[in-house]
Amino acid sequence: MKILVCMKQVPQKDAPLKLNESGTWIREDVSYEVNEPDAYALEEALRQKEKHGGEVVVITTGPARAQQVLREALAKGADRAIHLEGNEFVGLDSFNTAKAIAASIKDEQFDLIFTGLQSDDYGYAQTGVLLAEILGWPHATIIMSIEKSDGGVRLKRELEAGFFQHLEMPLPAVLTIQSGINKLRYATLIGIKQAKNKPLRKVTHAEIQHALGPNLQKIEKLYIPQKQKKTEMLEGSAAEVAKKLVDKLKNEVRVL
Amino acid sequence: MADTILIVVEQREGKLNRVSLETLTAAQAIAAETNWDLEAAVAGGSVDAIVQEIAKVKVKKIYAIESPKLERYTAEAYVSALKQFIGSKQPKLVLMPHTYQVRDFAPRLAAALGRTLISDAIGYRKDGTKLVFTRQMFQGKFTADVSFSCDPPHFATFQAGSYRGDRVEMGASAAPVEKIAAQADGSAVRVKPLEIFKEAKQAVDLTQAEIIVSVGRGIKEQKNIELAKALADALGGEIAASRPICDSGWLPMDRQIGSSGQTVAPKLYLALGISGAIQHIVGMKGSRSIIAINKDAEAPIFEIADFGVVGNLFDIVPALTEEVRKAKT
Repeated sequence: MKILVCMKQVPQKDAPLKLNESGTWIREDVSYEVNEPDAYALEEALRQKEKHGGEVVVITTGPARAQQVLREALAKGADRAIHLEGNEFVGLDSFNTAKAIAASIKDEQFDLIFTGLQSDDYGYAQTGVLLAEILGWPHATIIMSIEKSDGGVRLKRELEAGFFQHLEMPLPAVLTIQSGINKLRYATLIGIKQAKNKPLRKVTHAEIQHALGPNLQKIEKLYIPQKQKKTEMLEGSAAEVAKKLVDKLKNEVRVL
Repeated sequence: MADTILIVVEQREGKLNRVSLETLTAAQAIAAETNWDLEAAVAGGSVDAIVQEIAKVKVKKIYAIESPKLERYTAEAYVSALKQFIGSKQPKLVLMPHTYQVRDFAPRLAAALGRTLISDAIGYRKDGTKLVFTRQMFQGKFTADVSFSCDPPHFATFQAGSYRGDRVEMGASAAPVEKIAAQADGSAVRVKPLEIFKEAKQAVDLTQAEIIVSVGRGIKEQKNIELAKALADALGGEIAASRPICDSGWLPMDRQIGSSGQTVAPKLYLALGISGAIQHIVGMKGSRSIIAINKDAEAPIFEIADFGVVGNLFDIVPALTEEVRKAKT
């Protein structure tokens, strides 16, 4: 099976984020990491390849720094990478991002495209589904298991509150992968070495611009959330804080 | 057609998903501010029962969109039927609850009509003639105002818990119902839905617990879970976790709180090393008291906590366990 994995670079989980001057995006001078659900999507693609053969290709959009995500994926075992490189890709809405990805793979024939179920930055949970619409392929979201069957795949999709559903669908298809579908691997030293010689194709914004339209939605501004509750912050040494908390548990929460 | 807000009510296997009522509450508020009409649509095989239930709510009209192809949910049949319907009705705004089912088809539905979806909104604001939707970004660290830059119909979904379903305004009399024979193109459906099931018996019913001590990524290692367990034992509460902890197998899946796990509202929810990602918050924000201990002062969990401690949980938790034990003797 030939599988494309869409991956995104996002700010590290505990990175302190600051707003830019216009309050429309974050300041970019932070540490980045791979979007966690995308790491599970890559792991699943590598496992499918190990079982059934084929090829795993990884793709990302974003400035030069985003290449790190592709290098890590290659080190873990992906065969080659595609980088839609440029700052122009950062401000695209989900529909345009999906259009850009579709345009950059028009000469490829994938059996499956995986994305993480959502990104830790925007959190729209749309790019994979929109990619399926653009390509005219079937899709399924929040996938927890993939088995190859005759002419297609048998899937386990997560529903809410502990429920699941089995689905079957023909290939090619787009699947959005849930975190926890598998156990992630680490890159090996040999893998890291080999990654340096694996092919990485760069695509510029100018090359795929014809496929894009105007953004259909716009982030007007970002701001620190307004507090929903008044939080009383407790300070002091561990012992002092423990005493204060027990006092709250007794007299205000009333569970002691 | 007059300017209209259309709510697509969610039913699964013939049952109303009550999150739909929250979206109706939001839609009634938007309708009141904009003077737009409010209508609802229910799609499915046979939706009489749900239509009767929704007809009690104050809406102008209900559309029952029926087809055997919609009996069991597939994204393709839903997109096909709703695309036809919405394309012909041209509402200003289409609202849905941000459920797993909606996130499966709604982006595709909007795109099929050449439009866009603002997903997972938590509120809205009228800015002149423009509607702006607020949503969380960067795992709740920021709120964003997002607007549409295309023609209507505009699509938006509301996060569960953003509005109160029990505040929905009922109508003076039942709303009129119009049946629509859906044009769902069955031949286009390639996905075959099979059985819906629960994986394992739910061993623990956390919804009944009065005290929950919950751990997140900040616990760092599996062996550190014992610290939290000791505190839970001292308090006489249950141990629970955010999703990453259960994904790692450090606690069983039935201990997971959040959109994919259990939704709880105990007397006390003690969040240890939980940053407060949206998916977790929706499962516990109804708790009567929330105490958060986290090393990151910016963690979104502090937005909803009653009491907060910024510090090292590995020092504070053992000290707290000790104090609780003392207080109990």
